Amino acid sequence: MYSPDSTPRPSVYYDYQIYPFQTPPELRSETRRYPVVIVGAGPIGLVAALELARYGMSVVVISAEVQVSHGSRAIVFTRRSMEILQQVGISERMLEKAYPWRSGNSIYRGQRVFRLEAPYDEDDRFQPLNNLQQQYVEQYLVEQAQQNPLIELRWGSKVLGVQSFTDHAELQIDTPAGEYNLSCDWLIAADGAKSTIRQELGLRMEGASYRGRFVIADIKIDIPWPTERLAYFDPEWNRGNTILMHRQPEGIWRLDYQLPPNETPEQALAPESLNARIQAQLDMVGITAPWELDWCSVYSARAMTLPDYIHQRIIFTGDAAHMLPIFGVRGANTGFQDAQNLAWKLAMLLKGIGTPELLATYTSERVIAAQEIIAEASKSTRFMAPPDRGFRLLRDAVLSLSLTQAFVRPLFHWRTSRPHDYHESILNAANDDNAKFTAGPAHGMPLQNIRLGENDYLFDHLGAAFHLLYFTDQAVPESILQQVADLEEQGIPIQVLSIGSGQNLVDSAEHFAKRYDAQSGTAYLVRPDQHVCARWKNVTAEQVKAAAYQALGQGVGV
Amino acid sequence: MSQLTLNELEAVYDALAEALNQVGTEKESLFLTKLALLLANQLGDQAQVEQAITTASRDL
Repeated sequence: MYSPDSTPRPSVYYDYQIYPFQTPPELRSETRRYPVVIVGAGPIGLVAALELARYGMSVVVISAEVQVSHGSRAIVFTRRSMEILQQVGISERMLEKAYPWRSGNSIYRGQRVFRLEAPYDEDDRFQPLNNLQQQYVEQYLVEQAQQNPLIELRWGSKVLGVQSFTDHAELQIDTPAGEYNLSCDWLIAADGAKSTIRQELGLRMEGASYRGRFVIADIKIDIPWPTERLAYFDPEWNRGNTILMHRQPEGIWRLDYQLPPNETPEQALAPESLNARIQAQLDMVGITAPWELDWCSVYSARAMTLPDYIHQRIIFTGDAAHMLPIFGVRGANTGFQDAQNLAWKLAMLLKGIGTPELLATYTSERVIAAQEIIAEASKSTRFMAPPDRGFRLLRDAVLSLSLTQAFVRPLFHWRTSRPHDYHESILNAANDDNAKFTAGPAHGMPLQNIRLGENDYLFDHLGAAFHLLYFTDQAVPESILQQVADLEEQGIPIQVLSIGSGQNLVDSAEHFAKRYDAQSGTAYLVRPDQHVCARWKNVTAEQVKAAAYQALGQGVGV
Repeated sequence: MSQLTLNELEAVYDALAEALNQVGTEKESLFLTKLALLLANQLGDQAQVEQAITTASRDL
């Protein structure tokens, strides 16, 4: 009999709410087969559930916990994540609380040797980076899911075992009311870095583990500084290592520092060691304010991914699929893109519109994304936490030179998470005009937001569907409208958004058209995850049809 | 590529030896790494720098 910890977690600023276990139908001798079960109610599992529900799919979410995560964990959310979270309905709540920011500073021997501002332009609704503790994001996602009749949340339910079959998967679940079996057509493993499902299946990740271990400590303290990334290199109190500081809502600051080699996590988290190090950092930066600890944890930097995210009917997502170094905010921000990429493909397959080839592109698109992120993150890790003598010498030489030599300073670039572009995807149109465009998002890239008016942006008009962005100075041709209606008739969710003077999206000054290199008759076909799969200078109805079939994994179509 | 004359090479030889003595063994590697990065940047040619790294690694 599993008994989850129902004591609200301690925190100096966050009130944990308990989501009680409720007896499921299976323990009242009702057995059902579910179309989709998600294991894990963290940010990725919940976004996957909400995304699937947007396409009309019903989902069961299983969580061993009865409350949201302990500690702030993921605190930096990128613009792309905000665009994804806007679709699932929590971006406004997040923005009420989050601290947006865009500048990062690298400090060595008391001197700011590098400063980088992440790009932002007037067409963006969201700032490049937004700080908010993970508990709030999880809470907003839970509350959003609770309001959705298609989503059933099962708290306090621990996975004991899993079996994979060619046409379904089965779970053994332990609960406060006893054990039961759950059977589903598709199982999504969103159960985090220590994924039980991954271990039960005996799957191995590929990649590298770094030796360095890091402490994350959140303290409540009043520091009158703006929200910016602060990276302190080789400070006197922790020679050779790097300390990061991030500001969070509720008067919380995150300190993140590397441990000396051979120190165990227990030693590192012992109060005397923790207090002395936090105080040493505050002393160094000249902060005398009193502080108290909220939460701390130890982690090690890893850069690993499963080589394949789909195993028969079990699909891995987020940290269950890959473990990425957190320098550069790559955990949750990568996971959201996984969940969003997976949801529409699985939904289309379940609706009988998408093919197994479509679902397989979840693995091909996202494994490549993870591998690219790993290559980039490894560069950051080699600079932030040099793994050996050679890399340490070079890093130290750069630190020393950076005080006077500008040419080495770009090496401090912190390489934040960015949206992946699926330019090699088989879902992209084969014979469109992609290469002829001089601006606008190319094959595989996410749409670039456009400000249409006061508090009105392109992304506000997108739904759970394919979109045909059609630029025109008159009206959308009847042949195009008829073609889109035919596709809808076949059950394919697709909407036309006409752009121009007097259209759905008014573009009187042709600002949108310029940014998308569009003339009258130009069109972009956009996947439900907002990535472009085709674009034409002057589109025909036949081309729209062929590209839609291609994007559903049905080949070039008729 | 222009090369040093014998006189110039001898002057650099002496200056480097004196700098190494000055720096001391503890900071020697750091000093040489900084020097390599500075000279590489002044040379401005990735292939030539990589060639020099290969050459210097030989016959140690």
